[in-house]
Amino acid sequence: MQGVHRALAAASTCLMVLALFVGMGMGAAHAQAIEPLPFKDHAQEVRFQDLTRQLRCLVCQNENLADSNAELARDLRLVVFKLMQEGKTDDQIKQYLVARYSSFVLYDPPLQPGTWLLWFGPPAILLAGAGVVLVAVRKRRQANATVAPPIDIGDDW
Amino acid sequence: MSRYLPLFGFGLLLALFGFGIWWNTQHDPNEVPSPLINKPAPAFDLPMLDDPAHLVSKASLLGKPYLLNVFASWCIACGEEHPVLMAEGRSLGIPLVGYNYKDHPQDAKDWLRTHGNPYDLVIADFPGQTAINFGVYGAPESFLIDAQGVIRYKHIGPFTPQSIAQELKPAIAALAKETP
Repeated sequence: MQGVHRALAAASTCLMVLALFVGMGMGAAHAQAIEPLPFKDHAQEVRFQDLTRQLRCLVCQNENLADSNAELARDLRLVVFKLMQEGKTDDQIKQYLVARYSSFVLYDPPLQPGTWLLWFGPPAILLAGAGVVLVAVRKRRQANATVAPPIDIGDDW
Repeated sequence: MSRYLPLFGFGLLLALFGFGIWWNTQHDPNEVPSPLINKPAPAFDLPMLDDPAHLVSKASLLGKPYLLNVFASWCIACGEEHPVLMAEGRSLGIPLVGYNYKDHPQDAKDWLRTHGNPYDLVIADFPGQTAINFGVYGAPESFLIDAQGVIRYKHIGPFTPQSIAQELKPAIAALAKETP
């Protein structure tokens, strides 16, 4: 009986190690939050991973909450998890964090007066550049039109 | 005229580049602006560091302004700030409440014993959950909370004698003017 138990334990250890390796392989594609959280089902876990990937870690600001190892990121993941269990929607959870850490916590900057330059600046510069080119081309064309045609000296070269 | 256009464009980019460098010397790009300024401080109920059985709440601190200073023994910048608080804390004229953040109580006590204790009262948040409500993302951070429990000013990073003289003291003076 004990032998069976031991064999089972060994087998499950092997499986866990295997799962770890598979997990590492997948890690490159999308890193999983490190601590095992008691999700209700797979759909909730996917939602959690998706949401924490849209939120910024405030300590290491080039990382998202899902990837970060910072302690604060772990705390915030727990908050996100807790709010999910309470039945909050993604937007409500984001609002909860924005109320505490400002919209800086969102990876996608929201469209608001403070971010107009960020959203509309590049297209505006592009349009301005296009305008300059257009004016230059038109001027050159006009200049070419008014200049007398070159005298044909019969040289096709 | 149009032959100088590229030079003009280059000059414009150069100016923008210079402005960017200058801007970053004046501002910390990692600083997260607090949305809690001029909003009521979140409610809390935290144990005193020296007497964990004794809970301190936001309500129990209402009535006069105080400075809530988030610190931890593991925080290097807090070590830089600490002598400044030791030297200037008394001259602020308001109580200094230490907020011990994610620290082992014994480490915090040892730290205060070694370096001195500038605080009138120290509360401890070992799990760090209450700190999230304050929007704390590092230490040191300081909140000036008025008599009504509203956050009036936040300082991120260590206080220096300059920032105390130029930012904190004027903010405290403004508070004193309001309360008759």
